[in-house]
Formats: sequence, structure tokens, C-alpha cells
Amino acid sequence: MPDLRFSTETPTDAEKQAVDEVVALMGPATLHLDERYVVGGRQRADQHRTLLLPALHALQNAAGWVSPGGLDYVCRMLEVPPAEAYGVATFYHLLGQESPEDNDLIHVCDDVACRLFGATELMDDLAAGGHQVKASPCLGQCERGPAVLVQRIGQQDLSVVAATKQNVEAALGAQESAASVILPQQGQEGLPLLGRIGLVDPQSLESYREHGGYRALTTALELGGDRVIEEITTAGLSGRGGAAFPTGIKWRAVADQQGRPRHVVCNADESEPGTFKDRTVMEGDPFALLEAMTIAGVSMGAEQGWIYLRGEYPVAAQRLQGAINQANTAGLLGDDVAGSGHKFTVTLRLGAGAYICGEETALFNSIEGFRGEPRNKPPFPTTHGLFGEPTAINNVETLLNVLPIVRLGGADYAASGTQGSPGTRLFCLSGRVANPGTYEHEFGVTLRQVIEAAGGVADEASIRAVLLGGAAGSFVGPEQLDLPLTLEDTRAAGVSLGSGVVMVFTAQDDLVDTVRRIAQFFRDESCGQCVPCRVGTVRQEEVLVRLGKGKALPTDEALFGDLEMVMKDASICGLGQAAASAVRSAMALGLLEVTQ
Amino acid sequence: MNETPVNAPRPLVSCTIDGQEVRVPEGSTILDACTKEGIDTPTLCWAANLTPVNVCRVCVVEVEGSRILVPSCSRPVEENMVVATDSERVRTSRRMVYELLASSVEMDRSEPEVLAWMEHYGADPDRMGPVGERATVAQPVKVEDDLYVRDYERCILCYKCVEACGDDAQQTFAIATAGRGFDAHISTEFDKTLPDSACVYCGNCIGVCPTGALVFKTEHDMRQEGTWDQASQEVTTTVCSFCGVGCNLELHVQDDRIVKVTSPADHSVTSGHLCIKGRFGWQHAQP
Ligand SMILES: Cc1cc2nc3c(=O)[nH]c(=O)nc-3n(C[C@H](O)[C@H](O)[C@H](O)COP(=O)(O)O)c2cc1C
Ligand code: SF4
Ligand code: SF4
Ligand code: SF4
Ligand code: FES
Ligand code: FES
Repeated sequence: MPDLRFSTETPTDAEKQAVDEVVALMGPATLHLDERYVVGGRQRADQHRTLLLPALHALQNAAGWVSPGGLDYVCRMLEVPPAEAYGVATFYHLLGQESPEDNDLIHVCDDVACRLFGATELMDDLAAGGHQVKASPCLGQCERGPAVLVQRIGQQDLSVVAATKQNVEAALGAQESAASVILPQQGQEGLPLLGRIGLVDPQSLESYREHGGYRALTTALELGGDRVIEEITTAGLSGRGGAAFPTGIKWRAVADQQGRPRHVVCNADESEPGTFKDRTVMEGDPFALLEAMTIAGVSMGAEQGWIYLRGEYPVAAQRLQGAINQANTAGLLGDDVAGSGHKFTVTLRLGAGAYICGEETALFNSIEGFRGEPRNKPPFPTTHGLFGEPTAINNVETLLNVLPIVRLGGADYAASGTQGSPGTRLFCLSGRVANPGTYEHEFGVTLRQVIEAAGGVADEASIRAVLLGGAAGSFVGPEQLDLPLTLEDTRAAGVSLGSGVVMVFTAQDDLVDTVRRIAQFFRDESCGQCVPCRVGTVRQEEVLVRLGKGKALPTDEALFGDLEMVMKDASICGLGQAAASAVRSAMALGLLEVTQ
Repeated sequence: MNETPVNAPRPLVSCTIDGQEVRVPEGSTILDACTKEGIDTPTLCWAANLTPVNVCRVCVVEVEGSRILVPSCSRPVEENMVVATDSERVRTSRRMVYELLASSVEMDRSEPEVLAWMEHYGADPDRMGPVGERATVAQPVKVEDDLYVRDYERCILCYKCVEACGDDAQQTFAIATAGRGFDAHISTEFDKTLPDSACVYCGNCIGVCPTGALVFKTEHDMRQEGTWDQASQEVTTTVCSFCGVGCNLELHVQDDRIVKVTSPADHSVTSGHLCIKGRFGWQHAQP
């Protein structure tokens, strides 16, 4: 490291103590760094740097912002250049840049689903009540909006759902969030992924075992890693995080990188607007995720597991950390997993409000203590992932599928669903359906069936559009309700299942406003690294603002076409590449006709 | 990493660029191959003396089999790759990158090649929305000391200065990218002034800035006065006399006065980078 120059600002005692705790708790970093190669040439040698984001979280919690004195102290402890640490701190929504006015900062989701249910009015009410309020992108609670997250100095963050001024104010004094998983399908037979939720005690390893937990790990250890990977390949499991990449191929590639330290990363960043399925599972059945990750680790010979959880999920964070602690104590994680001789540890890392950190390489940078800017690919994570080492990164739902696959065998698993899309899929139902929530269905179910299973829409004829796959997905019209939800059928229809979002809009909804909000989302969430997305998302939003005001220019349609092309063709990552997708589909469906 | 022994001949790989077969040493980028073939490629964030960050996307080319365009400055050539550098898709993306930038950033003081490429692709920033209504990075210029000036409304966020200040040359890390999205900007911690920051005034960031966002105070002042006249400037090469390292200096002289100092990017000692003495020491050599 070069000679770093620090400032003369000093931390408060609370800040100092909070940072000391993080550094002590995490101990000397135990990362194995055999290879420092990373695109961009930045050296990842400094093992302390990975503690940067946890330390910034600690500062935020201690003081309500990242103060100059606090940041300076972190930089000295971790040997990070202050300018770079500031660059990291200013990357995240949940890290304050100004001294707070109040003990509580109330983030109100004003994203696509919540704004149908009074989010903007709630924000005004709270602000009028003298609270410190900030508009937030989707908080992953869309089934019971409007959703609120409260950051508090010196106390745990709080989630409040179906928020009103009254219940938010009532919650401010509480120790922790009133946790409640709602599962409309609870008690239904034959749900391989959701079956245990609501029945099992998510805070008890014993209860998990009583409900069949950790039997899949025993089976996997008997089968051996190569066989497990074969079963996953036979099962035809594909990624549920958006790109549908075959999981077996990914795992094989990582397992083949013998002799190098390997990682399993669970992508629990879940920030795609409209998505909340992973939270349902992490809050309701956290041990299942740990068991699946452990199977992944021992099967690929990866010794380090990481869960990157979005920072807006305080209940899931608590459940997962509790589960990790219990599994460690029970010897189901650690140096000798279940007496098998395999080593596997799991570290929970919290994001801090940045959708882009769900992109796999941005996620690695975030864990490593750098700005969450995606890396150019190739090289791919299977050879150059976290800390430049081979990494299998999978979505929460993808990993969960490992349990039924190991239990049933790949061939039997593949008997459900369709040939091209075996198994089941989690769907996030929100918007104008009677019973919003997370649902599990076999692939091949139609869009109409999915909506009907959620209690349907009061007047089906009033459906104007369904947002399928999230903000990065697309709108489909009522004439497409019979679309079978499989990878092959959606691909043929030019749409995507994405993260399983099914958000229903009816005649009463202002879709021009919805589409503009989606454009704003991409503008707000772009990392800013590449020109097509950094400026393109801004120009796209400007086009939609003009349109909404009835002031569209005659050249705007051509401009949008060019913006769409450059973002899709020349952006570094999927955010920019998909930023025009929903807008384009809305246009094609005629949802943006403004009558003025 | 596979370290190749120094001077060991690298095996060749062959690819097709715009219909021509090209053979280049393994590990070469598409940009290297284009250059070898005499195909000019626009770049903004790439420089010979810096690690590619591939963020500007102006150098993109079409590679057969790739869903999206690829940055030629950083993508290594693979055997049998088929590359198109002047397809409709490539031209659209390159033009759009210039238009997006020029619609939000003042680019009129950019390097001559940058302006020539914008003209070549017919970039028209005013297509991007009415002036006054479209977002820009307009902001006051930062004049904090007698040596150099930061004028960030000219910043295209190419990351070159950050690299030159950090890993790639200076190892000082005085500046970094802060903020996110369209608000991303180059900054010291808490936007401190440079004299208050870790900056050692090597001026290496000035040396790499392609748009005139970072300039010598002399240049800034002369432009303000209307006396800056690049065309009349002569460049004299000399060796810096402050120490024994032997850095090449290029003295830019206008009206018998040194107005700025650079070092050639391909110079074996400096790779274009200097220290405060070479970069600014001349201020003692003239009244
Ligand atoms: C902007 C962006 C955000 C993403 N967010 C997530 C996310 O929150 N969760 C997730 O699992 N995958 C997300 N992904 C996809 C990941 O990059 C990656 O493909 C996925 O984690 C791989 O896991 P899978 O194969 O199990 O789907 C995102 C991708 C992009 C481009
Ligand atoms: S596409 Fe957008 S989010 Fe992705 S790297 Fe580029 S600027 Fe960042
Ligand atoms: S003058 Fe040198 S030290 Fe100062 S910011 Fe520029 S590159 Fe960094
Ligand atoms: S100041 Fe100059 S070198 Fe630095 S990022 Fe901006 S344009 Fe690039
Ligand atoms: S929580 Fe508000 S839209 Fe998802
Ligand atoms: S020059 Fe290649 S991306 Fe900037």
C-alpha cells in the first residue's frame, strides 16, 4: 500500500466503538488469495478492504450518516485511501452523506406497485408530521404496499408494511420489525420450495430437522460432488435470477477449477421492482437456503460461502444470521461439515441500497469493498469471480431447487414442469390481484391461471397490462393471458419470466406514470460507469416526462429508438441492456397514448 | 496468472476484421489488431499507458456470435473471431455515445481527434432534447491553487485521471469516482479542495485528461483572457534536470513562455507520467 494521507477529523466515541466491533468481529480476514487478476487491474491484495462496507454500515447505524471523522477512522483501520472510501460510501442509498436531522429516517417505497396504493400520499403525510422522509425504490414488500423501511440510530432497522402514518409512528418505538410471512398457498400439498413455510419455526434448527431438514445434505454427501452435479444437470435446473443459465454447467465449471480456492455466493440482493419471493423463503425457511448452499459448497469443493442480502431486509438478515449461528454450533457449517471432512463457512453480507449490486460482478466488487460497478465479461465468474477466484453465484430460488433435486434425483425432478422448463417456479403476484403474495407453480401454468390462483382480478375485462419479469422485463396485454409460463414460450413471445414478477394493472391505473417511474428507476440505479446507460437512462426518462406532460417532441420516437439501440448494444451490463425493454413493450401495446 | 517470460515469442492468433485476415500475438486486443491493420478506432477512456477500464464504449465493434457489441480496447482477440468495425450497429452506437456525452458535457476543448471523430460520425447533441431542459453536468470551475484547475463540466468520466492518480502511475489515490449514475463524478473525499487532499501535484491526471477538464492554471488563465493559442505553440523536448531519473519533458511554448509541460506516453522511463518538479518546476525557470 502507498503512504496514505488521512485527515485530522476525529470520530465520536459511538462511531469508533461501532467500527471497532466490526473489525474485531470479522477478525483478521481469512481470505485465500492465490490470484490477484481482475479486469481493470485493480489490486485486490488488501485483505482488510472487504470489511469496508460492513464498517460503513456500522458508522451509519452509530451516527445516522457517514461522517468525515467516522470515515477517516475506518480508512485508518482498514488502510483504504479516503477518496476511494468516500467513493464507495456515496454509491449506496442507505449510507447518509449529511448529518441527520432526526433519529429516524423513513424510506417510503414509491415504486410501481406501492404507488398504486397511496405511497405518494403516505410520503406527504409523514413529511407533514415532521418526519425525515425519503422516497425509495421497491423495498421487496410489494404484496402489502405501501412499504416502509426505517433506519434508526443505534437501533435495528424496521420494516413496516401496509404502512399508514399511524402504524409507522407506532412502529418507531418498537425493538424490531413485526415479522409476518404471508403465504396464500400455506398448507397446500406438493410445493417443493414453499412447503415448509408457515409450518416450520424459522428460528429453530431442531424444527427444521423435524420437517425433513438436512436429509438432502446427508444424501448429497453419500452421492459425492460429481454425482450431485450430474443430477442437477439431469434435472435441467436453470438460474432463477433472471438469465436462466444452466446451473449444472456453472457448477461443473467451478468444480473443475481444482487447486484454486473457490466460492459459493448466494445472490439475495432481490431488488428488481416487483420481486419478493426470495424474502418469503429467507424469512420463512432460512435453514433451507443454508442447507442448499452447503450442498453446493461440498459438491464443488468450495470452502467459502457468502450470502449477499439486500440491506432493506432486516427480518431476513436476522433470520439468516440466526440460522448460520445455529448451523455453526451444530457442526453443519465449519471445518468439518456434518462429520464429512469438508470445510464450508457462510458469511452474511448486507447491501446498502443499490439495485446494481445484484448484478453478479458488481456484487463481487461490493463484497470486496469497491464500488458496485459491474466488470466487463469475459472473464466469467466461474474462473474469475469473487476476489478473482472461481465462483458459483446463484439466486436464492435456484439454490433452493437443489434440495428437491437431491432428494428425488434429477430425472424425477424433471418429470414436473415442461420438457424445456422442468420443475416449479416462484411467482411474485402484486398489483390488482385479490390475494397478492409469493406463489409456487409448475412451469407451464398460464398467466391467467397464475392470476386466478391469486384470487384473480375483480373484473377481468378491466386488465390493461401485466408487468412480467420486473422492471427489466416487459408488459404483456390481456390478449396474452393464455401464455404458458415457461422459458421456451416466453422466449418465443419475446418476453421473459425474469425474477417471476407478475404485476397486474387495470383500467383505473395510470400506466404513463408507471412507465415513467420505471424509467426513473433505471436512471436512479445506473452505476454510472458506462456512457450508454449513465446518460441514456437520463434521456429516456426525459422523453417519458415530456410524453406525460403532453409535450412530446416529433423527434422523440426516433430518439427513443436510438437510445434503446445504444443501451441494448453497447452497455456493459444487463441494467443498461434492459433499461428500455419495459418502455418499448408499453409503447408496442399502446399504453403510452396520451390523450390531451 | 500465466506469466509469460520476457521476450518469449507469443503464439499468433488469427481473426478477420472487415473481411481482412489479421494475425496478432496472443493476448492482443481487437484494438491492437485494428491498429495493425490500419483501421482507425475512436477511443476516449483507453490510453496506451493505462489499464483499460472499458467504460466509454465508443470503441465498440461487432463480433460475430456476440449478442451485444464488444469494447475493442479491452477484448482480446480469439482464434477465428470475425469482427466488423463499420457496421450500421457500430456506427449508431458510436454516434450515440458522442451525442449522449456532448449533450451533457462541454466538449469543445477536447483533443483534436475527439472532435474529428464526432464530426466523422455526424454527432448532433441537440437531438438529445432541448437545451435548458436536458440534464447536464454544468457546474462552477474549481480554482483552488496556482498550479492547476478542475473544470468538471468538461468531464466525461473516463476514469483516466483516477487511474493515473492511483494504481496505474502515481499510487496517491487522491481522487476517485463518487456518487452514482448521472451524479457520479470525480472527487476527493467529501469534496475537499486539492490542497487539503492527498494530492502531491504530480499533474499526471492533467496529462491524461482528454477533454480539457483538468488543465494547467496557465492554460485556464490564458483561455479566460483569450490569449491561449494552441496553433502557435512550439514543443521542445528536453530531459528533466531536477534528478537523475531522466524523464523526457515536452515544453509547450507560446510567445517565449512555457505554458505547459507533458511527457510522451511512449517514453520508456515516464510512460507519460511525471512528478511535481518536472511538471511544474519550470515555473521557477521563468519570471
Ligand atoms: C442489474 C442487475 C440486477 C440483478 N439483480 C439480481 C438479483 O437481485 N438477484 C439475483 O439472483 N440475480 C440478479 N441478477 C442476475 C445476476 O447477475 C446473476 O445472473 C444471477 O445471480 C445468477 O444466478 P442464477 O444463475 O441462479 O440465476 C441481476 C442482474 C442484473 C444485470
Ligand atoms: S450498463 Fe449501467 S449499470 Fe451497467 S455498467 Fe453500465 S452504467 Fe453501470
Ligand atoms: S496531481 Fe497527481 S496526485 Fe494530484 S490528483 Fe492529479 S494525479 Fe493525483
Ligand atoms: S477529469 Fe478528465 S481524465 Fe478525469 S474522468 Fe473527467 S474527463 Fe476523464
Ligand atoms: S415494495 Fe413498493 S413496489 Fe415493491
Ligand atoms: S475506449 Fe474502449 S470503452 Fe472506452
